[in-house]
Amino acid sequence: MSTSAMDVSSVDVSTMNELGFRLHFLWSDILIFLLAASLIGFAITLYRSPLSRARWAQVFESKIGVAAFMVILFYVVVALVDSVHFQIQLEQTSESSEVHYAPEAKSLLDVVLAPMQGKDEKTYSAPFAIHSFAKATVELPDGGVAREFPRLLHGGSHLENEDEHLVDVMVKSLTIIGWALIPCLILIALHHAFLRKSASGLPWPVIYTTSAIIFLIATWALQMSEYYHVLGTDKVGQDVLCGALKAIRTGVLIGTLATLVTLPLAVLLGISAGYFKGWVDDVVQYIYTTLNSIPGILLIAASVLLIDVYIETHPEQFKLLSDRADFKFIALCFILGMTSWTGLCRLLRAETLKLSQLEYVQAAHAFGVSRWRVITRHILPNTTHLILIALVLDFSGFVLAEAVLSYIGVGVDPSMKSWGNMINEARAELAREPVVWWSVTAAFILMFVLVLAANLFSDRVRDAFDPRTSGSGKSDGGKVK
Amino acid sequence: MLAYIIRRLGYAIPILIGVNLLTFALFFVVNTPDQMAQVQLGDKHITPEAVQEWKAQRGYDKPLLFNPDKSGLSSVTDTIFYEKSLRLFALDFGKSDAGRSIAADIEQRMWPSLAVALPTFVIGISVNIAFALFIVMFRASIFDTSAMILCVALMSISGVFYVIAGQFFFAKEWNLVPISGYLSGADAWRFLILPVIIGVISGIGGGTRLYRTLFLEEANKDYVRTARAKGVPELTVLFRHILPNGLIPILTSVVVVIPSLFMGSLLVESFFGIPGLGSYTLDAIQSQDFAIVRSMVFLGSVLYIIGLLLTDISYTLVDPRVRLS
Amino acid sequence: MSTLLKVDNLRIQAGSTHLVDGISFEISAGEVFALVGESGSGKSLSSLAIMRLLDDALTITGGDIWLGNDSLFALTETQMNGIRGSRIAMVFQEPQSSLNPVHSIGDQIGEVLKLHRGKAANSDIIELLAEVGIPEPEQRIAWYPHQLSGGQKQRVMIAMALACEPDLLIADEPTTALDVTIQKQILELMNELRRTRDLGILLITHDMGVVAEMADRIAVMRHGKILEQAKRAEFFTNPQHEYSRQLIHALPQPDDYLTRNEHAQLLKLENIKVWFAHRKGVLQRISGYTKAVDGISLSIGRGETLALVGESGSGKSTAGRAILRLEDLSEGEIWFDGQRIDVMTQRAFNQYRKRVQVIFQDPFSSMNPRMTVREIIEEGMISLGLVDNAKEREEKIKKLVLRVGLEVSHLDRFPHEFSGGQRQRIAIARAIAVEPELIICDEPTSALDVSIRGQVLKLLQELQDEMGLSYLFITHDLSIIPHLAHRVAVMRNGIIVEQGDTQTLMTTPENEYTQQLLAAVPRIPEHI
Repeated sequence: MSTSAMDVSSVDVSTMNELGFRLHFLWSDILIFLLAASLIGFAITLYRSPLSRARWAQVFESKIGVAAFMVILFYVVVALVDSVHFQIQLEQTSESSEVHYAPEAKSLLDVVLAPMQGKDEKTYSAPFAIHSFAKATVELPDGGVAREFPRLLHGGSHLENEDEHLVDVMVKSLTIIGWALIPCLILIALHHAFLRKSASGLPWPVIYTTSAIIFLIATWALQMSEYYHVLGTDKVGQDVLCGALKAIRTGVLIGTLATLVTLPLAVLLGISAGYFKGWVDDVVQYIYTTLNSIPGILLIAASVLLIDVYIETHPEQFKLLSDRADFKFIALCFILGMTSWTGLCRLLRAETLKLSQLEYVQAAHAFGVSRWRVITRHILPNTTHLILIALVLDFSGFVLAEAVLSYIGVGVDPSMKSWGNMINEARAELAREPVVWWSVTAAFILMFVLVLAANLFSDRVRDAFDPRTSGSGKSDGGKVK
Repeated sequence: MLAYIIRRLGYAIPILIGVNLLTFALFFVVNTPDQMAQVQLGDKHITPEAVQEWKAQRGYDKPLLFNPDKSGLSSVTDTIFYEKSLRLFALDFGKSDAGRSIAADIEQRMWPSLAVALPTFVIGISVNIAFALFIVMFRASIFDTSAMILCVALMSISGVFYVIAGQFFFAKEWNLVPISGYLSGADAWRFLILPVIIGVISGIGGGTRLYRTLFLEEANKDYVRTARAKGVPELTVLFRHILPNGLIPILTSVVVVIPSLFMGSLLVESFFGIPGLGSYTLDAIQSQDFAIVRSMVFLGSVLYIIGLLLTDISYTLVDPRVRLS
Repeated sequence: MSTLLKVDNLRIQAGSTHLVDGISFEISAGEVFALVGESGSGKSLSSLAIMRLLDDALTITGGDIWLGNDSLFALTETQMNGIRGSRIAMVFQEPQSSLNPVHSIGDQIGEVLKLHRGKAANSDIIELLAEVGIPEPEQRIAWYPHQLSGGQKQRVMIAMALACEPDLLIADEPTTALDVTIQKQILELMNELRRTRDLGILLITHDMGVVAEMADRIAVMRHGKILEQAKRAEFFTNPQHEYSRQLIHALPQPDDYLTRNEHAQLLKLENIKVWFAHRKGVLQRISGYTKAVDGISLSIGRGETLALVGESGSGKSTAGRAILRLEDLSEGEIWFDGQRIDVMTQRAFNQYRKRVQVIFQDPFSSMNPRMTVREIIEEGMISLGLVDNAKEREEKIKKLVLRVGLEVSHLDRFPHEFSGGQRQRIAIARAIAVEPELIICDEPTSALDVSIRGQVLKLLQELQDEMGLSYLFITHDLSIIPHLAHRVAVMRNGIIVEQGDTQTLMTTPENEYTQQLLAAVPRIPEHI
């Protein structure tokens, strides 16, 4: 089977031959872009309604809300950039006119991260180190042999004198940050000068600071990677920062794709159960109680094991390593989604039961409005806040779940960069003496920032949209001021 | 009340049948015993004879639903469905793929699981409630907001990190407790203390935040205003009026997990080397022992359903307004 | 008489908005002082300020409150706690939610006694319960709030307030959530207690009827200010302020009845029953029924208004919903314009949907918050296929909103931008948009302020005259009936106890319950 578009696990678009590469879409790439598009569409419809516009304004006018949003946006952009895959055309070796492509698909992010890639060391090295972490036998200039910490092949290889190491790191960092500050300040000044008049209630200082911090850190990390391994290297000598950044795609995708599976099931079943009641309700309740009764992690583990068996017994469908990993990844998202729609479904059922007792739904019935229209016009739009809150909360839940699942051995494919896989290796690394702490720290920080941002954001969304909690923070007290 | 319990147990039967059919479908229909044998034996040893022998040893060589070779009742009973799935209803778990009696393993391993899970559960809830009350006492202050942000931050850390960090600092760096392992008897506490502490800490963020919301909801109700109008001091309002009402949703929502405490925690047990059901399950997953996984799925559902029943009963005990009918 | 409480130039602000803007009044022992106003006038806030129980978001920015010789704002929180419940006590509007559900009523009354007296003897509590008229107080002392009826809960609240023999009782809309007959009992109880105990009462209410019956002195509040303060007789005979006059005029004029003409029959109910089954036991057998509507027969003619009157739980709303086929009939027949409609298929019934319409009670839940006014009015016209041409429809919608007293520019707004009265106008426009012959009005004015109520009722009557509409007017408020309905049917426990034309029924009721109900309606005493 050649690289046809009918391949089970990926789609190739080979239109740009003369440029020396072709796009290679993994199924997860297609899904993520579809998802991004539909989210934008959803945002537009929300924006049209003044009620939800006012509520969104409330979310974005809070400092924490807008800062969290910027951070999430950064992660999503990284994930999207990492989802444009292509295969580079290989040098034509023979006379044949057939074009060959590299067997591994690269993504746009790989291009951005080029300074960190292809600079593999032999094994572990600490952040900014110039020496390897492990002793090795080196040949001395005089012909003798010694056990010492050898210099790294790439990290700090530009240094003539080892004593300059610390100074060099400092000077380079300051220079880079200094240069990076300039565009930040210019953009802020420009914005301040020209756009300030259309002042909405947005907390601009927070937006400036957040985006500047993200930009500074990103530039600094990228530039420093030209000279050093900013977060050290892992067991096989690969740059840890690079791996941790590549893992963003996995984290973001698992969060969004699994939610994507959750959503239609929960909405369809939850609203039908609440609206039609009777036997429909019985069936839906039966289904979710049954699913709920199985310990979630066991159901996931069992299903993933079955996927493994499927992959092992059908090797012919997965040619590229990344296709195989991608299939397992999508399956994992699907399984996660299938096992966690019940919570939202239950919420929606209860809300629909409540809504269908409301007088405007009764009035619609009295007007002979069809059931389908009652659901789409009266019930669904009034449950969007629940869906939204669940969406963001589920997202962070799935990101966290990935780590646990990978640890248990039923997570994403070990060949795929993910925070879970990085943590999984940490057990051995932390048992070493001295400990290898940077890999697990990198995974921790990147994951923590994403989940924290998502949680804080969902908090603001809840405050703005949930009539029950909005304003509950500033109540009673019984004191005269 | 009795009629109610009987009816609820009646509802449980179709759910267990559902779970049973689902696991049967997952483990025997979606993937055939042949494929399992292939994966278990590894690439090197796959010969039809080896596969056949592997299946025969474990009783997977029978037909799935109907055995045409047998007559009468045994044409139905001498099948995989009857032997492997229906027998679960009698809590007859059979033998693991490695040949050990699953029931005996469970009986032996559930106690260490309970020894970790029960204290974690009880201490965890008490700590969370105490923190939540404390925060509600200072509601709408800077302390409240910062405590909430801290809670969200704690929630945003994966459980794995808590375990890793706890083990690293408490056991490795400071040598306060053994890193992992387990002893039965009175010495067990030395091995239990770290997993319990970590279990409690990892739940603080989410728990405290949720309970604060519940308490705040009560704090805004009319009867609280009535109490204040009676001249009840703020602290008494909190403990005598808000606490008992807030405890109703808290207690009834945690009751459901009590029976499942026997199942232990996969993560904690495997990290700390506690020979409980959690690590048992994890080992089974990693060695792809489907018989054990199947049994644990069923056991988990049974315990969950018992938990649901306990929830309903607990309502009648703590809430004077609820009477089952 | 000695002055109990003196409120001096009290101001309350939320941010920069003045909610209470410099009000002053005094209350003496044994006096009922009524603070009257519509929603948002600041009357409840003032009462909470006296107790120092305001939300943190609200600030007292000026003024002082004196209880005897103590300035309340100068006290510490602990000292204030000594006053709450002991010298000033309070009764709230919602007896359903104002009692703690997990403590027995005896415990809750005992709590006040323990706080201020140091001990709570069961005998004292029983005595208090007996005093407020709780039957069998020895047993009920151990009961929980949910076991009592709404009226009994309010009695318990009063017992709790009076436990420590306060000088002043603040009653914030104490009877608004209760049925008229219960309201009468509670008011009588309060009146008696103030006499026996020489109690000063600050009565906060929107109901002029209650004021007329109870108050010695009256202050009318609007937009945070007191417009007028006067003794009762002076106030009702010679109101000084225009707004006071409006409020008084909104009260029913007892001798102004609609005249009855002969009407051709439009709707006829024959012995309809709506029963809800109770299930019990292991097999969920039906063990009994709630007989919400238990065999009622009535008829409405073209252009006629029939008022269906009853207290909460009488089944009046269920009967209305059954006519709209929002509830299934257990028995009986519904005839509309000579056709039997209760056995029709859904499809055939849609023909009748546009002929029978409905207006609901709560103007806040009767409209989808996510639809514009245009979409709300349009929905019925579209789904019933009334005007297919979009342009004509737009014309018609514009006419409609103008007719109900709104503006064309309102069409693109959303319900939350309107006041309760305006929303009810939108609901009326929505109903008449499909040109119905009969409108079921389910308590359409009970969520509205008195002054708005009159306007909405007037609009409904004008529309009746113009379009020949028939109304089934479901209400618990007897006071609005005389100049609204041609005929009245009184419902209780699912059956109609009496029906007849309005004047006859209201002046010479035959049924005992009707008599009770009429007697319970607070009215301005004739002798003022």
